[in-house]
Amino acid sequence: MKSDTIAAIATGLSNAGISIVRISGENAFPIIDKIFRKKKSTKKLSEMESHTVHYGYIVNNEEVIDEVMVVIMRGPRSYTKEDSIEIDCHGGIIVTKRVLETVLEAGARLAEPGEFTKRAFLNGRIDLSQAEAVIDVIHAKSELALKNSLSQLKGNVLEKIKEIRESILLDTAYIEAALDDPEHISIDGFAEKLSGDVEVLRNDIFKLLNSAENGRLIKEGIRTVILGKPNVGKSSLLNILVGEERAIVTDIAGTTRDTIEETIYLNGVCLNLIDTAGIRETEDVVEKIGVDKSRKSAENADLIIYVVDASTPLDQNDYDLIDFIKDKKAVILLNKTDLDTVVDEKELQTLTKKTVIKISAKNHIGMDEMENVITNMFFEGNLTFNEDIYITNARQKEALKEAKVSLEQVQNSIELGMPEDFFTIDLMNAYEALGTIIGEAVDEDLINTIFKEFCMGK
Amino acid sequence: MSYIYDSYDVAVVGAGHAGCEAALACARLGLNTIMFTVSVDSIALMPCNPNVGGTSKGHLVREIDALGGEMGKNIDKTYIQSKMLNQSKGPAVHSLRAQADKQDYTRAMREVVENTENLTVKQAEITEILVEDGKITGVKTFSDGIYPCRVVVLCTGVYLNARCIYGEVSHYTGPNGLPSANHLTDCLKSLGIEMYRFKTGTPARIDKRSIDFSKMEEQFGDEKVVPFSFTNTPEDIKRDQVSCWLTYTNETTHDIIRKNIDRSPLYSGNIQGTGPRYCPSIEDKVVKFADKTRHQVFIEPEGNYTNEMYISGMSSSLPEDVQIAMYRSVAGLENAQIVRNAYAIEYDCINPMQLKPSLEFKKISGLFSGGQFNGSSGYEEAAAQGLMAGINAAMKLLNREPVILDRSQAYIGVLIDDLVTKETHEPYRMMTSRAEYRLILRQDNADQRLTKIGHEIGLISDERYEKLLKKEEMIAEETARLEKSLIGASKDVQEVLERLNSTTLKTGTTLAELIKRPELNYHAVKDLDKNRPELPDDVVEQVEINLKYDGYIKRQEHQVEQFKKLEGKKIPEDINYEDIPSLRIEARQKLIKFKPISVGQASRISGVSPADISVLLVYLEQYRRNK
Repeated sequence: MKSDTIAAIATGLSNAGISIVRISGENAFPIIDKIFRKKKSTKKLSEMESHTVHYGYIVNNEEVIDEVMVVIMRGPRSYTKEDSIEIDCHGGIIVTKRVLETVLEAGARLAEPGEFTKRAFLNGRIDLSQAEAVIDVIHAKSELALKNSLSQLKGNVLEKIKEIRESILLDTAYIEAALDDPEHISIDGFAEKLSGDVEVLRNDIFKLLNSAENGRLIKEGIRTVILGKPNVGKSSLLNILVGEERAIVTDIAGTTRDTIEETIYLNGVCLNLIDTAGIRETEDVVEKIGVDKSRKSAENADLIIYVVDASTPLDQNDYDLIDFIKDKKAVILLNKTDLDTVVDEKELQTLTKKTVIKISAKNHIGMDEMENVITNMFFEGNLTFNEDIYITNARQKEALKEAKVSLEQVQNSIELGMPEDFFTIDLMNAYEALGTIIGEAVDEDLINTIFKEFCMGK
Repeated sequence: MSYIYDSYDVAVVGAGHAGCEAALACARLGLNTIMFTVSVDSIALMPCNPNVGGTSKGHLVREIDALGGEMGKNIDKTYIQSKMLNQSKGPAVHSLRAQADKQDYTRAMREVVENTENLTVKQAEITEILVEDGKITGVKTFSDGIYPCRVVVLCTGVYLNARCIYGEVSHYTGPNGLPSANHLTDCLKSLGIEMYRFKTGTPARIDKRSIDFSKMEEQFGDEKVVPFSFTNTPEDIKRDQVSCWLTYTNETTHDIIRKNIDRSPLYSGNIQGTGPRYCPSIEDKVVKFADKTRHQVFIEPEGNYTNEMYISGMSSSLPEDVQIAMYRSVAGLENAQIVRNAYAIEYDCINPMQLKPSLEFKKISGLFSGGQFNGSSGYEEAAAQGLMAGINAAMKLLNREPVILDRSQAYIGVLIDDLVTKETHEPYRMMTSRAEYRLILRQDNADQRLTKIGHEIGLISDERYEKLLKKEEMIAEETARLEKSLIGASKDVQEVLERLNSTTLKTGTTLAELIKRPELNYHAVKDLDKNRPELPDDVVEQVEINLKYDGYIKRQEHQVEQFKKLEGKKIPEDINYEDIPSLRIEARQKLIKFKPISVGQASRISGVSPADISVLLVYLEQYRRNK
């Protein structure tokens, strides 16, 4: 069931400093009471005076998630004019996310883009002159969210969700067809089959949720693009990092014509690794498409790994690339140091003003150092997650959980021996929730499936 | 030469199920009303199936009755068999269906219509709707008589440019050879109204004496009949019932159809109208569900004073010779004598998105419409819209707010909202799956949902309303009593529970909790209930449903609350969507085109996203503050 109490991380997601989780709506206090514990007192925050700050812990099933400061504000004396809570988290990105998830599990829903501001305005908090700005925020953020939602979903996940939805829809259509035309279609004994189906579906969703927990549902992580001229060893590097033959490695320059993506973990930091076609001036049409794609990927990257061939002198293509990365987060890998080197490490460092690491992808030399440099950049806060991607993931997780709860409700109704028409209410809830992940509404799906699959009517 | 005839407040065009409800509602609300029909003999005609109600349609009829409409009373007077469908399912999908004596049905409705004060019946074809400055001024007949009036309700059913077709034969008539109305469409088009062409069909009628019923299964009515009208008790309408019969098509039937499919106007392209998916012709069933080796065929009497039997499940537009072979291939119909051929009928109707939820045209003030003219199918859907169109036409003349039922109040609300908000490309049929809050929209509580509204409108008498209040009071009292009746874990109690195959008690509980158990019900726990008062059956039924499905009902009520929030946000008529640059282009175009009355309705228009709705909400607040 959709809650009207919303929550979100109000600050940017970075490893530095404090992040704030904000809750607003009629259930803000019941929610915080469920998940907040003071060190000594057992008094609930809902019994405390408004506009006070409290020190304690956020707990999830008695497991302590974070040590926090909580600010409570009763409506209308808050930004949204509703009951509002702000949780100051100290434990960094991962912990802040878990605090938010705990809040969501306790009954809030993730705020829509710009929803706090929207509420503040609708409740008469914000001045009329700011209305345009509010509208623009909603507009811009929604567009972005929509774009992210689908583009971030892995292909196989998309397929799986479609499959689950189709199965739900078919079972629902069968029941509904029989309810609408009981003299033509019988569903006697269907509860048993449905129970089996729901079990399978719940299991599927459970697996997806697990993937979501590990960030494997979407291409989450630091968008890391491997860049360099053709045949400097980008694909070899990718293969070492991924641990399998993913990219085709040949001696022929320009072999990788497309971009290849892989998710890897370096010391617990998630990198979304993108191998690209080598960048150089080219007349070959197909290769040119690849080169353009590489540039595009690199434009949006959180981190660039620039690979240079130590055995070949720098040329104009290199100078172009060095110019391209000058304002970006990047590390330079000086590859092929097993061969005669003609490019000087120091010189390259002066030229790029970035960390240069000497490696030999072929002989697996310098890999540990590279890993350390990258993970340090992250932990020192020099690298940040793409916030929008995280939000997308949280939204998807929320939808999966909702679908799971709905299916559990179906199972429950079956066990209670409820009539079949009670099953479809929750089946359709699950269908709708899963649809939000892949950006599909319900519309006439059910009616269309009923007519397509079942011979109805007089 | 045209001349001026009498003036009226309201002119209703058509006297079918929609027209009758519309005219009766207006006349009963004190407005001087005239109802036109191409044939006075065919008032409330049932040209297709001989029954009223069925899944979700039964809900509509009970709602019509709860609001003060006529259909429920009329079928109670004239039914010859009655059945509550889906009795083994939840209460939300129990649906009443009654076989009607068709001629009696028409006669009974005609009697009511002809004896209603303020209501005049006139046999004439309306050819023009007269409009000045976007407002209704009158109607004109084929014989050039002008009837000045202030509002018009169009309920033309399937009669506009109607064409009946089977095989290579086509007649430009309405159903049963009645005259079609061939001029009004042109007038409507010239007024800028967008027209659709839909089709529907009906099966053959067969002489009862030529049917071998021994090869069929007999289908009886229910022993205990539930009336459609809340004003009747089961005893009031008790009578002998007739049977229907069940048989099946077979591969021979299907072969005959397949061999002749090229002669079907549906497949040869002779029929262009869009038909309802819910009532497919037998040729459609055979083609689309090729793997099915048989289809059910119900043989239903058309009435007590005729031998004609309706062959439900085998509507068709195949040529006559194929029809004969096809029907005679069915078990029990080997010697069938066809009285009337099956046929398809094509007709003009409108794109209902041109209507406001009050069923008034957005473009023409005072022009209302209901029924199949609005792109629906079915007698009940027609009657429901006719009633609402009539009520709102009256409200307009009485300077009162329109009555708009929302999706959480009634199937009628779902029906009209779907019609005016979602693009329909086929004759629309009501279905329980279209109602998202169906646990609340039950046929058994239609009176509790709507009779108060009917009373406010003026179609429900004080006496009837008082009776409802009394019933509600009894329900509340009995529910409270059961919730307070404590049951201890005594030996007697445990024995009773064991006898009922229910788990024994560990600690004390209440009667209400026991009734909630799946294996128990109100009647089962009678022996544990010493102080049980004598209550009418319909009160007990409500108490039991409220208790048993409490958890589910509460959840839906919560959803309804959320739904009402957006539904309650009205959009001013003078809103300029061009002023809201952040709306996506598609959304803006749709909103400009459909002019939704509330944010809720806007959110159901395809192509309007949640983000657009957020933008719209902020804009409306801005608009409100600027005023």
